[in-house]
Amino acid sequence: MSQDRSPQAYWKANLGLVWICLAVWFLVSYVFGVFLVEPLNAIRLGGYKLGFWFAQQGSIYVFVVLIFFYASRMNRLDREFDVHED
Amino acid sequence: MDLQAMTYLVVGLTFLLYFGIAIWARAGSTGDFYVAGKGVHPILNGMATGADWMSAASFISMAGLIAFKGYDASVYLMGWTGGYVLLAMLLAPYLRKYGKFTVPEFIGDRYYSKTARIVAVICLIVASLTYVIGQMKGIGVTFSRFLEFPYERGLFVGMGIVFFYAVLGGMKGITYTQIAQYCVLIFAYTVPAVFISLKLTGNPIPQLGLGGTMADGTYLLDKLDTVLVDLGFNAYTNKNDSTINVFLLTMSLMIGTAGLPHVITRFFTVPKVKDARISTGWALVCIALLYTVAPAVGAMARLNLMHTVQTGEVGAPSGNLEYASRPDWFQKWEGTGLLAYEDKNGDGRIQYYGGSKAFEAQAASFGWKGNEMTKVDRDIMVLANPEIAGLPNWVVALVAAGGIAAALSTAAGLLLAIASAVSHDLIKGIFMPQISEKSELMASRVAMAGAILLAGYFGLHPPGFAAQVVALAFGLAASSLFPAIMMGIFSKRINRQGAVAGMLAGLVVTLVYIFWFKGWLFIPGTEMAPNDAAHWFLGISPEAFGAVGALINFVVAYLVSMMTPPPPERIQHLIEDIRVPRGAGAAGGH
Repeated sequence: MSQDRSPQAYWKANLGLVWICLAVWFLVSYVFGVFLVEPLNAIRLGGYKLGFWFAQQGSIYVFVVLIFFYASRMNRLDREFDVHED
Repeated sequence: MDLQAMTYLVVGLTFLLYFGIAIWARAGSTGDFYVAGKGVHPILNGMATGADWMSAASFISMAGLIAFKGYDASVYLMGWTGGYVLLAMLLAPYLRKYGKFTVPEFIGDRYYSKTARIVAVICLIVASLTYVIGQMKGIGVTFSRFLEFPYERGLFVGMGIVFFYAVLGGMKGITYTQIAQYCVLIFAYTVPAVFISLKLTGNPIPQLGLGGTMADGTYLLDKLDTVLVDLGFNAYTNKNDSTINVFLLTMSLMIGTAGLPHVITRFFTVPKVKDARISTGWALVCIALLYTVAPAVGAMARLNLMHTVQTGEVGAPSGNLEYASRPDWFQKWEGTGLLAYEDKNGDGRIQYYGGSKAFEAQAASFGWKGNEMTKVDRDIMVLANPEIAGLPNWVVALVAAGGIAAALSTAAGLLLAIASAVSHDLIKGIFMPQISEKSELMASRVAMAGAILLAGYFGLHPPGFAAQVVALAFGLAASSLFPAIMMGIFSKRINRQGAVAGMLAGLVVTLVYIFWFKGWLFIPGTEMAPNDAAHWFLGISPEAFGAVGALINFVVAYLVSMMTPPPPERIQHLIEDIRVPRGAGAAGGH
């Protein structure tokens, strides 16, 4: 049986990817940077307390990586489902 | 060359550059005026978006807030970058596929309703105008310092320049100018940070210097914590604000980032849907360059400031700086009225300390009669920073040019969003569809002028520091526009009635909550309750309330839609169409 290539399946695959990315987004900023900041501050990363580092540095780096990851996975999905431009 | 002359020279040169580009790339048609054609490369678009995005709030105000709030100011860092993740995944590619000029146009079409379009215009104007007020504060501070004017006159000069500048070119002019402005502002921000980081920690990379050690072997952040706690301030790296407030403010800023029309418009201008995704990434790279340096600027500026005032041992009579021998920058900032000193104990020295209970008795035993730095406007820190650190004049001048670039580029982008909402959505789209292109351009310029005057008026009595005013704007965008756009793409069931009710509910609740604590239309004396945690609803500050407003918007839109008929068939097709990339035409088809 061939794989489902309908627009509905494409949308579902997209949503799955978005959910994964947003879970990471939430984890690094809200969980590490806000909710768990105090326990994480007990761990050190050089001169940084770890929770503080996530809030002021780490989360931003992860955001950048997330967007490029999403963009490249979507480019692949576009081709797999034959909905890419040109 | 003295500082004044150097500043005129550097600022003058950068202006020459911007105006030159603006004239070279003048908007010829309405299409050019609103979106910059489709030939903008993703990296260049990312830089222009960065300049558009990073305003006086990011450049001038944010590091100042970080310097004085420490960890608690992380909300701005995470909030103003994390929103790009939402933008890349939830909005940008789909709005690009849809391919029109403005956000209200999308909302009007998706919800098949002129009412929805008008409500979106109102939301857009309220959010953007609040944002411009924040820029005006930043522009006023910068000009007042470097022209050595009082704040008010600095503000008027700034208004004049913004007017001349934004009205001249449209989006096309602005896009190329903004690329130049990005280069100026990122250079201006990084250079002093590198110098100061080197001086304090020996590490030229500020992001590493912040986590590095000082000459005496202690970590910089530990040192800062000690210095501050010893003087009765909160420890720099500790969380002092309530978790709910930190959480909601960050959320508000993130959602607002994704809902601000002048940023969204950027992604209408890229050639393809896949460029819209990658452009968001490049934009964030350009922004992250400044945002990861800002925490270092804040911490180092605070440490330098403390060392300037507290020259020796805490409590020793000679441990505090003599007022008569205060440095030049101190005097200059006093002249603007943004820095003030009062010799409470009459010893001719400056005592600058915090109000912690533990330190109170100690301070009294030293003969200190209260904190004598009676006013330290947070917005002056970034501009004063290179002077406090004793860097050469050209670096100080460069920072002024960078601050002006940041404020100008954002003000121009916002004014354009307001102008296009008025002329394109209200006048051409609804009230006078027959209007000629020429009259439409005229109308948008008049709208810009009106917005500048209004923002200038509020800039005279700003309801907070630049970054805080801007935070209010984000709350308004978060509670009104973002949910309507997102549901328009991700739900086929949300209909006209739901969207209109949702946007109105979100906007009104958030606006009333802000005015309740900040005064109606920010007029001092008209606030209904004191603006402090004891009076806030569940301890949520007005700046953070946008996230609650967004939630209200989602819930109201859902409930109302469920009680009314679903959108017509053609709208279902429209939604299916914007969800796939193939078939995206050039932006701006009517």
